[in-house]
Amino acid sequence: MIVLLVLIPLSFVIAVAFLGSFVWAVRTGQFEDTETPALRMLPHDGVGPSPETSPIHTLPVIQKL
Amino acid sequence: MTLPVQPTACSTGAPAPVRCAHCGLACPPGAPSEADHRFCCRGCQSVYSLLHQEGLGEFYSLSPDAGVRPGPDDPQQFAFLDQPEIRAQYADFCDGQRLRATLRVPAIHCLACVWLLENLFRLEPGFGASRVAFGRRELFIEIDLNRLSFSRAATRLAELGYPPEFRLADLEESNHSVRARIHRHEWLRLGVAGFAFGNTMLFSLAQYLGMEAGSTPGFRPLTGWLSLVLALPVVVYSAGDYWRASWLSIRQRRLAIEVPIAVGIVAIFLQSTWEVVSGHGPGYFDSLAGLLFFLLIGRAFSRVAWDRLSFERDYKSFFPLAVTRRSASGDTTVVIGQLDVGDRVVLRPGDLIPADGRLLSETTRIDYSFVTGEAEPVGQVRGDLLYAGGRQRYGIIEVAITKPVSQSYLTSLWDQAAFRKQRGERLDSLLNRYSPRFTAIILALAIGSALFWWPTDPARAVKAFVSVLIVACPCALALAAPFSLGTAQRMLARHRIFLRNPQVIEDLAGIDGVVLDKTGTLTQPNQGELVFQGEALSESERQALRAMAAHSSHPVAERVRAWLGTDGGPQEVRDFSEVPGAGIEGRIGSLELRLGSPAWFRDLGIVPPEAESSASALLAMDGKWRGAFHWGGELRPGVDALIRTLENRLPIWLLSGDRDREGSRWRTVFSPSTTLCFGQSPMEKLDKIRTLQCSGHRIMMVGDGLNDAGGLRQSTVGVAVVEAIGTFSPASDVILDARSLPMLSDVLTYSHRVMRVVRICLGISTAYNLVGLTIAARGELQPVVCAILMPLSSVTVVAAGCGLAAWSARKLQRNSIPVPSPT
Repeated sequence: MIVLLVLIPLSFVIAVAFLGSFVWAVRTGQFEDTETPALRMLPHDGVGPSPETSPIHTLPVIQKL
Repeated sequence: MTLPVQPTACSTGAPAPVRCAHCGLACPPGAPSEADHRFCCRGCQSVYSLLHQEGLGEFYSLSPDAGVRPGPDDPQQFAFLDQPEIRAQYADFCDGQRLRATLRVPAIHCLACVWLLENLFRLEPGFGASRVAFGRRELFIEIDLNRLSFSRAATRLAELGYPPEFRLADLEESNHSVRARIHRHEWLRLGVAGFAFGNTMLFSLAQYLGMEAGSTPGFRPLTGWLSLVLALPVVVYSAGDYWRASWLSIRQRRLAIEVPIAVGIVAIFLQSTWEVVSGHGPGYFDSLAGLLFFLLIGRAFSRVAWDRLSFERDYKSFFPLAVTRRSASGDTTVVIGQLDVGDRVVLRPGDLIPADGRLLSETTRIDYSFVTGEAEPVGQVRGDLLYAGGRQRYGIIEVAITKPVSQSYLTSLWDQAAFRKQRGERLDSLLNRYSPRFTAIILALAIGSALFWWPTDPARAVKAFVSVLIVACPCALALAAPFSLGTAQRMLARHRIFLRNPQVIEDLAGIDGVVLDKTGTLTQPNQGELVFQGEALSESERQALRAMAAHSSHPVAERVRAWLGTDGGPQEVRDFSEVPGAGIEGRIGSLELRLGSPAWFRDLGIVPPEAESSASALLAMDGKWRGAFHWGGELRPGVDALIRTLENRLPIWLLSGDRDREGSRWRTVFSPSTTLCFGQSPMEKLDKIRTLQCSGHRIMMVGDGLNDAGGLRQSTVGVAVVEAIGTFSPASDVILDARSLPMLSDVLTYSHRVMRVVRICLGISTAYNLVGLTIAARGELQPVVCAILMPLSSVTVVAAGCGLAAWSARKLQRNSIPVPSPT
């Protein structure tokens, strides 16, 4: 059972990685709006501008301070 | 401003009206049509054709009530947005070429709205990417300023039926980013606690299941230390709000619910740390993390962000942002805050007077219903003083500002102490009454059991002392109210009754008197039956009037046409003209007709009898007064039944800003014992409520407009009745859709039931505590017992709270009009 001493820290590291990804998701605003994405998938042709047709979609993201 | 689609009330017996292909409202006779589609107005028709031309016809298949009727066209409405300093205030980013902004669009109501607004770039090349935040009713948008100005973009949205809302308050403080930051922290706190809970539980489980590994040396210290490491961020970060709240409540010398929780957390953490460091045992870190995880879920649940509703709107929300200032160099748009005494401003019909001023034009009529509740506009002549908050109703006028914005009547009204009633956490809520007692009992028990064991077994005495603090952690107590009340809040929201916070339920349950406002609350604006006063119209006169009214799309003309009934064949109308804000005139055959406002008739020298000055529209033929059209405020459907039910259970007072014009009519609606007061100013309403409260009543005030704002704040529970959720409403505890008004009595009953559910939950939690405390006081608490008992009691309380609160709501379901789900 000595292998537990390796496996437990390993599982801990993996868990911390998941926590890290959660923190990243929150910080990049993925939890800001939990309602609209569920609606957006419903129309047949999808919602939201497509890259070809949106003329200025390539603007860099600048956060207001 | 466009209101979201409302079902129109159909008079009984009439054939089903033709529905507009765009907005779904009933089409008046003679409405525009295209192919086999009918429309209620030109605005709807143009939106419909535009969407089909651009290949966006799918809009209508996405939701049964997709279209919103566009408001009246006013190209100057958003002109102020093109001023660089205002533009900079509202834009998130702007470099002169491109602009990004987050706009508040209250009309967003369904999937089709999201789809259309995110496809704006297909309609107009100047629009870039756009994204909707449905819950907050916000539209994030990019605009290419070389092709489309900011004001033009806003006008375009308004034309489609989605006018963006710009408010003065937005200019003063940007709370958008603050809110977003708090929101993120809540998620992170919850995430960290959940992460620690899962992992410590995994370590402990092995030990609980007997994998206690004498066989694996170093296993126990390893998991112990790992659990300690996991628990640290939970105690420091996730529990942060509890430390803050307890510190605050200790400084204020009261025992809020957070204090025993904080004491429990400290006890568990110190005891467990000592056990791990000294190698005595595994500690209670799993229980600790689990406790905070459940507590934070409870908090998140009870604070479901009703972002779309702002309950803290002040008078500034009612004010326009910018006005047109007239100077020697021409007209410019200025922000209200920049108005100086002596400035001349130009106001169009429907504009709100931004600050006290003197009238420079000849005559006008001002509607002070916002301020005084009096529905009838007041006539004013040159030189009269006009007060801020009045709505301009006639012609285009010029006003010289005499007082700066912040010193006007409305502002002084709002600066009254009572208008600024603090609406913080209630101190005497059920939970806060319960928690000092709870804390006292627990401390007594802990000290008692320690003293009991001390003479015989000092080690056991210490263990008993700490165990009592650990196991008695009032997690179930802290969960009972948030989950039951939070569920109740959601249930009510389904019926378009929105509570400021879950605690309002408790206030509702304590109500023992109701104060009602009349205009706009019990009555519907402009929904009464149209009545013609004067000598009956002959058939030829009716036909002539119908022909002329058909030329105007003004709501009054449309209603007069609808009142006249079916079409009697086309008639030629000559010399037709429409005087904005005044009326219409024209010649049919040899008959000269005029239909318009009393003020217009006075100007024309056609003086109507005095009684008719309150009429909605007057009719003149060949220059002579012929009759008047009236429509009174009609009772909202279901209101008389509501009044009867309420009168049976509570005392009621009617406080109306209106004069006693319809007093006798209202006497028949209310029972003789009910007090009806007319001609009440906002201050008098507030005083009346204060007097009632001084005599021991807990008052619910039901009102609408700004003239009730003081009363709504002073009352124990202020209920604002609004025509459309998302439009302006004064600061209040409850925002109620006008269609849900008949349910008010059921809401009171429901709040009583929910409070009973909370008490049941407190009972369950007490039962668990008794079991745990018995074991703990004997100094025999094992970590495994703690790890089972604490989550179990939390889960039972949560299940009972949510389940019973939802079950109690079934009666609401039966009594209400079917409401489409918000999505």
